[in-house]
Amino acid sequence: MPSLDRRRFLWGTTAVGTAALLVGCTSNETGNSAPDAVAAGSGENSRPGKAVTVGFSAPAADHGWMAAMTKNARAQAERFSDVTFKATEGTNDVNQQISQVETLINDKVDVLVVLPFDGKALTEVGRQAMDAGIPVINVDRVFDTPLAYRTWIGGDNYRMGVNAGEFIASQMKAKNIGSPIIGEVAGIDSLPLTQERSRGFKDALARSGFQVGPRVSAQFTSESGEQQTANLLQAATKLDALWNHDDDQGIGVMAAIDSAGRNEFVMVGGAGSRNMMDLIKADSGVMKATVLYSPSMASSAIALARLLGQTKGIGDLAEHDIPASITTYSAVVTKENVDQYLDVGFDS
Amino acid sequence: MTELRVLDPKSAPPREEPRRRRALDLRLAGLLGVLVVLCAVGYATRPDSFLTEANISTMLRLAAAIGVVSVGMTFVIISGGIDLSVGSIVALSSVWMTTVATQSYGPVVMVLCALLVGLACGLVNGVLISYGKIVPFIATLAMYASAKGLAERLSGRRTQVVTETGFTTFFRGDLLGVPVLIWLLAAVFAVGWVVLNRTTFGRRTFAVGGNAEAARLAGIDVKRHTALVYGIAGLCCGIAALMVVARTTSGASTNGMFYELDAIAAVVIGGTLLTGGRGSLIGTLIGVLIFTVVGNIFTQNNLDTDIQNIAKGVIIVAAVLLQRTTSARRRGARTT
Repeated sequence: MPSLDRRRFLWGTTAVGTAALLVGCTSNETGNSAPDAVAAGSGENSRPGKAVTVGFSAPAADHGWMAAMTKNARAQAERFSDVTFKATEGTNDVNQQISQVETLINDKVDVLVVLPFDGKALTEVGRQAMDAGIPVINVDRVFDTPLAYRTWIGGDNYRMGVNAGEFIASQMKAKNIGSPIIGEVAGIDSLPLTQERSRGFKDALARSGFQVGPRVSAQFTSESGEQQTANLLQAATKLDALWNHDDDQGIGVMAAIDSAGRNEFVMVGGAGSRNMMDLIKADSGVMKATVLYSPSMASSAIALARLLGQTKGIGDLAEHDIPASITTYSAVVTKENVDQYLDVGFDS
Repeated sequence: MTELRVLDPKSAPPREEPRRRRALDLRLAGLLGVLVVLCAVGYATRPDSFLTEANISTMLRLAAAIGVVSVGMTFVIISGGIDLSVGSIVALSSVWMTTVATQSYGPVVMVLCALLVGLACGLVNGVLISYGKIVPFIATLAMYASAKGLAERLSGRRTQVVTETGFTTFFRGDLLGVPVLIWLLAAVFAVGWVVLNRTTFGRRTFAVGGNAEAARLAGIDVKRHTALVYGIAGLCCGIAALMVVARTTSGASTNGMFYELDAIAAVVIGGTLLTGGRGSLIGTLIGVLIFTVVGNIFTQNNLDTDIQNIAKGVIIVAAVLLQRTTSARRRGARTT
């Protein structure tokens, strides 16, 4: 049946051609990605010392911020000639992360840096490491007990909200707006971190006699950010300020604002992505500031791990030892100071 | 009732049985009533901002992507199947069309890429189900997982921002004063309605869903037809991906989250039988609009999202119960 063969041939070539076309569309190579945030090191501490093996375990890099955490840790370790970096594959399965940390303990690394997927679930294995004489640096998501870590370093969600609120309040006062309408695009409402951010925001505004007006909660994704903000902008026909908790979802939030053609308000972001910092620098739209929750803390964690391994303190402090707890500061990045912070901006 | 169709599915559309037609109309009227009541609530609580042109346009644009996915889902469910993979296919298409390489080829390739990826995934579903004899629930669950995984792989789990301005200017713009997304939604519904109600393909879809064995005996190539129906669902996901990318100006593996649940909910409250063989695209459209309006009303009144989810659940149950009572009154005990 020649006609059938020809038909098959035509369909076959179309399918193969289409597949080839689609495969040609998978590349994602770009020349410009955000720089790594690394600590330069200073004084006596910057000189190479005793060799230290640092074990590192973190969740899967499934969003811009988390990807930057792993990337920064690696870049910081490469910066030190005396550090050997042993990283495990990122995972969101707590059982797997526990066994990864156990493997690192068995490998007898000198210091462990653990960013747990779930702080509670990883507490026990943190204690195991400490019991085995390996100091643990707990990053961001805190373990249940200080017995499970030597040092904790992480961000401050409450202060993120406070600083966003205070920046907005000062802007409102500068513009002489008596009772401003202040909107909020939160992240996932059921998470404690979202609740803390919102509480800080509310408290800071209350100190100036302001309150939070229209509020929606998105899912930390750009699609949900767009949907929620599109509705919010219709509900609030006039806005004076808007705080968006998360710059990853901020891409969608900005798209919704652009669709609605709104520009009458001051917008503040959260976390500090490269994207938003570029917008702040350009100063061409509503985006005026972002409050950091910077993944540079992962770089600092590796630097601390090295110092712990070499039994050194932090240079400028009088303390002989590394502090037990370090909370990073949620600085407000504005047009005036954005150039200083571009190095910690992360790719969404 | 279904027997009537299946006996001669290839012939011209049989005259609608008047009694059945009335039942369907009554069901749609009930659903439309729910929508009208919701709009009245919206207007009563926010008279200044609810029924404005801007808000209606916003609601329709929000309904666009899930609406298009629901059209495909209606076809699948009428044909007696289910598709759990729609959200992941939207994610994969949105990622594939926004890679650096695709964007470098320009907007036309981006659009083609999204449509082809969607269609291909749908056809794979269809072939696995009809020729591979895997039940739809499992085959599409597998696609749900692997399409999501591939989307994460391609994007490196990042949000890929669209820098191709030709694409965003067209799809985010207006055509004759109406947003392009709303035109697209209307076009997909119109084409879907014609295909389902006025063509042999549509007749066969009802027949296959009503009784696949009878359809086969009547001379329908059930396997090929099933594969094509899933292909349509996939193509709809590709179109929805275009819309999501246009709206968010980005592609990401997190796009399309829970679309399968939202689409199935809209289809079911629209009066389509989960067992197949009966259904209505107009019902689906109203179902989609009901959910969009509920979300909008909650935001308009600054209410918490948790209450919104409760309301969503209540609406699903209420709509299904309402339809059952209205059709029961008409058709006695032979209800579903």
